[in-house]
Amino acid sequence: MSLLEIKDLKITFGGLDALSGLNFHIDEGEIVSVIGPNGAGKTTFFNAISGLVAPTEGDIEFEGESLLGLDPSTVTSLGIARTFQNVRLFPNMTVLENVMVAQHCRTKELIYGALFQTKAFRKEESEIRERAIEILGFFGNRLIGYRLDQPAFALSYANRRRLEIARAMGTQPRLLLLDEPVAGMNPIETTELTNLIGRLRSEWGFTIVMIEHDMKVVRDVSDRVVVLDHGVPIAQGSYDEVSTDPNVIEAYLGRPVEAKA
Amino acid sequence: MSTMTATMPSSALDQDWRRVLRWGLICGGVLIALCLVGMPVELDRRELIERYLSLGYVSVLMIPILIGRIAATQVVLEGVESRKQGLYDLVTGLAVGILGGVSLSLLIVALDSWDLRDPLVNWSPKLFRFLTYENGIGFGLMAWIVTCGLLGMMGAASHVVPAMLRRVSGIVVLSLLGISVLEGAIEDLSEGFGLEWLTDLLYAKKGGLTLTSAILAGAAIAFVAVLTSGRVKALTTSYREKEGADRQKASIILFVVVAVLVIVLPIFLGKIMNELLANVGLFLLLALGLNIVVGLAGLLDLGYVAFFAVGGYTTAVLTSPNSPFFAPEMHFGFALIFVVIFAIVVGLVIGAPVIRMRGDYLAIVTLGFGEIIRLLFLSDWLGPYFGGAQGITNIPGVDLGFATVKGTDPRSVFYLVLFFCAIAIYVSWRLQASRLGRSWMAIREDEQVAETMGINTVNSKLMAFVVGAVMAAFSGAVLAAKVGSIFPTSFMILISIIILVVVIVGGMGNIAGVMVGSFVLIGVLGGPKQPGLLQEFQNFKLLIYGMLLVFMMLKRPEGLVPSARRSRELHQDEFLQDAWLKGDKPGTDDDDGETVGDDGGEEE
Repeated sequence: MSLLEIKDLKITFGGLDALSGLNFHIDEGEIVSVIGPNGAGKTTFFNAISGLVAPTEGDIEFEGESLLGLDPSTVTSLGIARTFQNVRLFPNMTVLENVMVAQHCRTKELIYGALFQTKAFRKEESEIRERAIEILGFFGNRLIGYRLDQPAFALSYANRRRLEIARAMGTQPRLLLLDEPVAGMNPIETTELTNLIGRLRSEWGFTIVMIEHDMKVVRDVSDRVVVLDHGVPIAQGSYDEVSTDPNVIEAYLGRPVEAKA
Repeated sequence: MSTMTATMPSSALDQDWRRVLRWGLICGGVLIALCLVGMPVELDRRELIERYLSLGYVSVLMIPILIGRIAATQVVLEGVESRKQGLYDLVTGLAVGILGGVSLSLLIVALDSWDLRDPLVNWSPKLFRFLTYENGIGFGLMAWIVTCGLLGMMGAASHVVPAMLRRVSGIVVLSLLGISVLEGAIEDLSEGFGLEWLTDLLYAKKGGLTLTSAILAGAAIAFVAVLTSGRVKALTTSYREKEGADRQKASIILFVVVAVLVIVLPIFLGKIMNELLANVGLFLLLALGLNIVVGLAGLLDLGYVAFFAVGGYTTAVLTSPNSPFFAPEMHFGFALIFVVIFAIVVGLVIGAPVIRMRGDYLAIVTLGFGEIIRLLFLSDWLGPYFGGAQGITNIPGVDLGFATVKGTDPRSVFYLVLFFCAIAIYVSWRLQASRLGRSWMAIREDEQVAETMGINTVNSKLMAFVVGAVMAAFSGAVLAAKVGSIFPTSFMILISIIILVVVIVGGMGNIAGVMVGSFVLIGVLGGPKQPGLLQEFQNFKLLIYGMLLVFMMLKRPEGLVPSARRSRELHQDEFLQDAWLKGDKPGTDDDDGETVGDDGGEEE
């Protein structure tokens, strides 16, 4: 059974079809890239999965159950986490707190435990903290050490992107949606993060859907590529298949101008 | 405020005259506004130093000193050559002061020539007599121009004279002012310690210090100031520089000292002071609750007084024999259980519909609900149950078995309030560092992202709302037992606003800040109906509140005692710069040279 199943998905904003006729599935353990020119509907697609935008038609099923009408927080607690294209951290919370707060839906202590400092509360707190440090440790020494207690706004751009991924990992998802994870990074950082994306699957067992413009990254990590243009899927398949598809080339580069007679 | 000039002035008269003119006009404007508000005339009755100086004159005279000082402040920039302060600044101060004095003189002339009493209530012969010192107009004009000029220069001189002199004279002036203004409080305190002979010596019979005692006390304070010079500063810096376990230890010691003082001091205080402390406690309890709602969860609740009213009315109905419809005459402790239940219910009922709104919308809707609750208690419809405008009277005190807490014994009320405040402080402290507290923080930062990260924002926000509501209801319950009667007018919207001001001025999101805020605002200035230490300013309280709020928003938006998080938030640039100077270079990575861009999280 596929992990995520998109059926005839259509989303309209007023008269504009942001997405239409989208049909595809993602299997457990896959890394799928969604590419396409600007305005193709890639982020709308992510917003629909994470519950921020309600689909006009069609259905999204996660592990065989429909996600339609669910709150974003419920979707996350089912096991889907995402990052944002324009990094949206909690800037005034520390690096550690950003990852700790993401474990909210996996933990349950409320007022009583906090007030009476019950054993269960203290155990849970220390587990949250340890797990957060473990997750941050995945990024080498970039986010741990003195940075743990720094506010997120003090991080460099690349580290903010890393922290966003760490925060998404904090929700302990099965499916990870990465929205342009290497945007704005320099070549060295890009290579490093490309490797990390591979390790996210091999070491943490995440299934990953990624929106990316950097074709080198797309080629290096994805099993499968879906190409969107004007909200319509125009090609699917391996990177090599897609990159030679005439429709895709046309979408990116435009139709060759025919000489006037 | 000051403009940076690249070239050094060639002489003391080579001033930046535009700047001088601006500050001079500000000085004059403030002086005139103050006079027309009526503050000096009213405060003239209150003598600080018998026969020589009244509070009214002090309130006017301090303006040129303050503005002279501000005008002569030099911005020193790292790496830019700065001028040595001296004669140049004295001239600035003098000019600013003279301009202020001239403005005041114009007011005197205007007072003499026209009668504008119709729109301006305080445009009175009294003000004229005050300003001319009852010595004729010519004397008045000259006197103000000369004094204001000299005082402006004095203010500027505070930058020029040696640090030691500045410190000692500052301390002497401020503490003499304190001793004379707080005469009532000090007399009350000294009675408790059996030191009446000291205050008899210090103060004149009609009030105010005598000239001799002022000089002697000033000399004594100066002596102490010289002796302790540098010690206080060393102590505070050593506290600030402590980190980790040391800091925690110092904080605990500080906390214990404050706690012991708070518990022991009221025993020695008289009725008035205890009454005052009890009021501070009531408002502190409210402010702690609002701090959770606004400071932690970021929900701007302007109808917070509704929960205060619920607590008050629940207690009144359940304990008073005069409750019009249903009077079980319960014990206070028993009624408290129902207070909590009703606070939670009302919190949920008000919260559930409004909690989905964000920002300004939430503020407006809660403002409406706050008024609705008060009007319901006032209405004819609920009149038979809650007494309408007549309210509910004859609410008994709290019978503890060994003592009864009643309004006539403010000390006991204070201890009761203290008990609830202690609970509220503990709750705030524990919740802040819990899973729930983190979710509040995340919601405050970016609600949509918080939701996407798996936080059920509606539940979290409701929880904040309800915790805040319970604290407010406790405060209302104590108020009912303290005052003995409850009316709809006890729960005006003004209270919501004043509590919000307490939280903002004290330091949003910080428990210590809220404590300082309620002490400074409610204790020193006084609550909406409750007198504070500065009883003389009673009529101008709201004016001062407003000015304080504007000033704080401009100069110190993070509050008097800010939480570390909030001051970082409001001073991100400085934080990054400090970290960079310390060598952390947070803006850069280990292997790349990227600098920090803007936050990404602006999009909604």
